[in-house]
Amino acid sequence: MIETFYDVMRRQGITRRSFLKYCSLTAAAMGLGPEFVGKIAYAMENKPRIPVLWLHGLECTCCSESFIRSAHPLAKDVILSMISLDYDDTIMAAAGHQAEAIIEETIEKHKGNFILACEGNPGLDEGATGGMSCIIGGKPYTEQLRHAAKNAKAIISWGSCASWGCVQAAHPNPTGATPIHKVPDIGNAPIIKVPGCPPIAEVMTAVITYMLTFEKLPSLDRQGRPKMFYSQRIHDKCYRRGHFDAGQFVEKWDDDAARQGHCLYKMGCKGPTTYNACSTIRWNGGLSFPIQAGHPCIGCSEDGFWDKGGFYNRLSNINQFGIESNADTVGIGSAAVVGGAVAAHAAVSALKRSQQKGGQE
Amino acid sequence: MAIRLTKPDDDSAIYVYEIPVRLWHWINALAIIVLAVTGYLIGSPLATVSGEASDHFFMGYVRFAHFAAAYIFLFGFLGRIYWAFAGNEHAKELFLPPIWKLSFWQGVWHEILWYAFIAKEPRTYVGHNPMAVLAMNALFVWPSLFMIITGVALYGEGAGYDSWQYTLFSSWVIPLFGQSQDVHTWHHLMMWVIICFIIMHIYTAVRENIMSRQSIISAMVSGWRTFKEPLKK
Ligand code: HEM
Ligand code: HEM
Ligand code: SF4
Ligand code: SF4
Repeated sequence: MIETFYDVMRRQGITRRSFLKYCSLTAAAMGLGPEFVGKIAYAMENKPRIPVLWLHGLECTCCSESFIRSAHPLAKDVILSMISLDYDDTIMAAAGHQAEAIIEETIEKHKGNFILACEGNPGLDEGATGGMSCIIGGKPYTEQLRHAAKNAKAIISWGSCASWGCVQAAHPNPTGATPIHKVPDIGNAPIIKVPGCPPIAEVMTAVITYMLTFEKLPSLDRQGRPKMFYSQRIHDKCYRRGHFDAGQFVEKWDDDAARQGHCLYKMGCKGPTTYNACSTIRWNGGLSFPIQAGHPCIGCSEDGFWDKGGFYNRLSNINQFGIESNADTVGIGSAAVVGGAVAAHAAVSALKRSQQKGGQE
Repeated sequence: MAIRLTKPDDDSAIYVYEIPVRLWHWINALAIIVLAVTGYLIGSPLATVSGEASDHFFMGYVRFAHFAAAYIFLFGFLGRIYWAFAGNEHAKELFLPPIWKLSFWQGVWHEILWYAFIAKEPRTYVGHNPMAVLAMNALFVWPSLFMIITGVALYGEGAGYDSWQYTLFSSWVIPLFGQSQDVHTWHHLMMWVIICFIIMHIYTAVRENIMSRQSIISAMVSGWRTFKEPLKK
C-alpha cells in the first residue's frame, strides 16, 4: 500500500494546521469554493498518493526551479518528496545506473497508474544530430520518453518546452526539438499541457492536487491546457487594464507614464494575446508579476513565442517582406503602391480623354 | 458626372440594383470605414492622455465603435447573402462569378485591355462588368468573410469561455492560426487588403461613370442603369 500525501507530510513534521492551510490555498487557486477544502483534505489524507515519474529532456530546468519555489512550503516538502521518491534526476539522491534503474522500477510497479511529468522535450532530428541530441544513461531521451509514456496513466507537459517546443524548437530548430504531443509513437495517455517559461509554481502543484482529489484530469481546453488556469488572458485580469481602456500608455521606458504605472501595450505587451494566470495568481507567492514590475508580458506560455518577432512588438513580424516588417509596414506599402497606380492611371485616362475629345471636335 | 437619385425618364433604363442591395452597399461602406479607422487605432493608439484613468475611456470607446460597426457589418453581410437567393439575378453576381465560363474570362481580358488603354471602346454591361465581379469577389467577399471569422474569434477571447463567440469561433480559429497573436496579425493585415480594394473600387467607379457607356454611380444610388446609347444586342 502506498502511503498518502498526509502520511508523507506528517513524516516531514508538518502540522495539521499548515496542512489545512495548504488545502484551502490550493482550492482558492483552482477557483473552487470553500466546500472543496474538505474534499481536498480528505483526498490527501485517504487516497494513496499518485506516483509521479518526472523526466527531463532538452530544457533549462526552470520548471523545476519554479516548482520548488512554490509559495507554500508544503508544496515543496510534500509534493516534491513524493516525486523524488520515484525519479527526478535534478533533485533525487540517487545517481548513475542506480537512478536509471528507478525508472524501470517505477514503470514496472505502477504500470498504467503513474503520472509522467515531462520537463523539456526530445530532439527528433535524424539528420544533423542523428537523433542524438539528448542522451540519458547512454540512450536517446526519445526512447526513455516513449517507453515511459506508453505505460503512464496521464502525461503532464510541464512548461513551454514540453507543451510547445520553446527556445530549443525556435527557428531553425537544429535538434528537431518536438513538443510531447507531437512525438510520433508516444502512446495514448492523455496529455495535459501546463505551458509557461516556467509555469507558475502554484499552478503546477494545483494540477497534481486536483488529479488526486477528483481522480480525474482537470477539464482541458481545446489545446489541452487546464481551463481553470488558462482560460483567460493576462490582459483580462491585468491591474493596468484601467489605463488601457482610458488610453494611457507608456511610450518610452523612462517616461512619466512608466513611472505612473500606465499600460504597456505600446511597449509590445503580449498580455492581450497570452493565456496564463500571472495577473491573478502572480509569482513568488503572489508578490508580483512581470507587468507589475514594469515590463510587458512576452507571451512565454504561447506557442512559438520565440519566433514571432521582437518581445517589444505586439504583432508578429512578417519576414517574407523583409526583416522587421509588420502588418502596417506591409499594408501601408501596398496601399501606397495601389494609390500611386490609381493616380497614374487616372492621369493617363484624363490625358487620353482630352486627346480624344480634341480629335472629335 | 451627374448622379441621379430617382428613376430616369429613359425607356432603355433597366432596374438592376434593388433597394436591399443599395441600402446594404452604403451601410456596409460606412461600417467598413468605421472598422478600418477604429481598427487602426486599436493597433496603434493615439498619444497617451494625461490625468486620472477614471476620467477617460478612449480605448473603450474606440473598441466599442469597432465592435458595433463589426456587428452591423456581420449581419449586413449575412443579409446580403440571403438577398443573393431572394433578389434578382444581379444580386447573385457578387458571390458567383462564372469562372467556369470561357466568355467570362474573355470579358475579363477585354477589361484588362480597356484598362491598359489598348481597347478603344468599352463594352456595355447590365450588371457588373466581369473584372469588377472578379475583384469584388476575390478582394471583398472572401476578405470580408475572413475578417468576420477572425474578428468574432478575437471578440470571443474577451467575451470569455461561455460566450457563443468563443464556442463557435475562438475555440477553433485560434489553434488553427497557432495562437492569438497570429490571429491579430492576420486580422490586421487583411484590413490592408480591403483598403487596397476600396481605393481601386472607388477609382474605377468614378472612372467608369465618366468613361464607360452606362451609368455607374447613379445605378448604385437609384438602382436604375441607363445607357449612353441604345443597348446593342
Ligand atoms: C472590414 C472589417 C474589419 C476591419 C478592417 C478590422 C480591422 C481591425 C484591426 C486593424 C484591428 C487591430 C488588430 C491589432 O493590431 O491587434 C482589429 C481588432 C479587432 N477586431 Fe476588427 N476589423 C474588421 C472586422 C471585425 C469584425 C467583423 C469583428 C467581429 C466582432 C472584429 C473584431 C475585432 C476585435 C475583437 C479586435 C481586437 C480588439 C482588441 O484587441 O482590443 N473586427 N480589427
Ligand atoms: C468601404 C467602401 C466600399 C465597399 C467595401 C464597397 C463594396 C462594393 C461591393 C461589394 C459592390 C457590389 C455590390 C453588389 O453586387 O451587391 C459594390 C458596387 C458598387 N460600388 Fe461600392 N463599395 C464601397 C464604396 C463605394 C463608394 C464610395 C462608391 C462611390 C464612388 C461606390 C460605388 C459603387 C458602385 C457604383 C457600384 C456598382 C458597380 C457596378 O454597377 O458594376 N462604392 N461596392
Ligand atoms: S519550459 Fe522553457 S522554460 Fe521550462 S524548463 Fe523549459 S526553457 Fe526552461
Ligand atoms: S499592461 Fe499589457 S496586459 Fe496589462 S492592460 Fe496593458 S496591454 Fe493589457
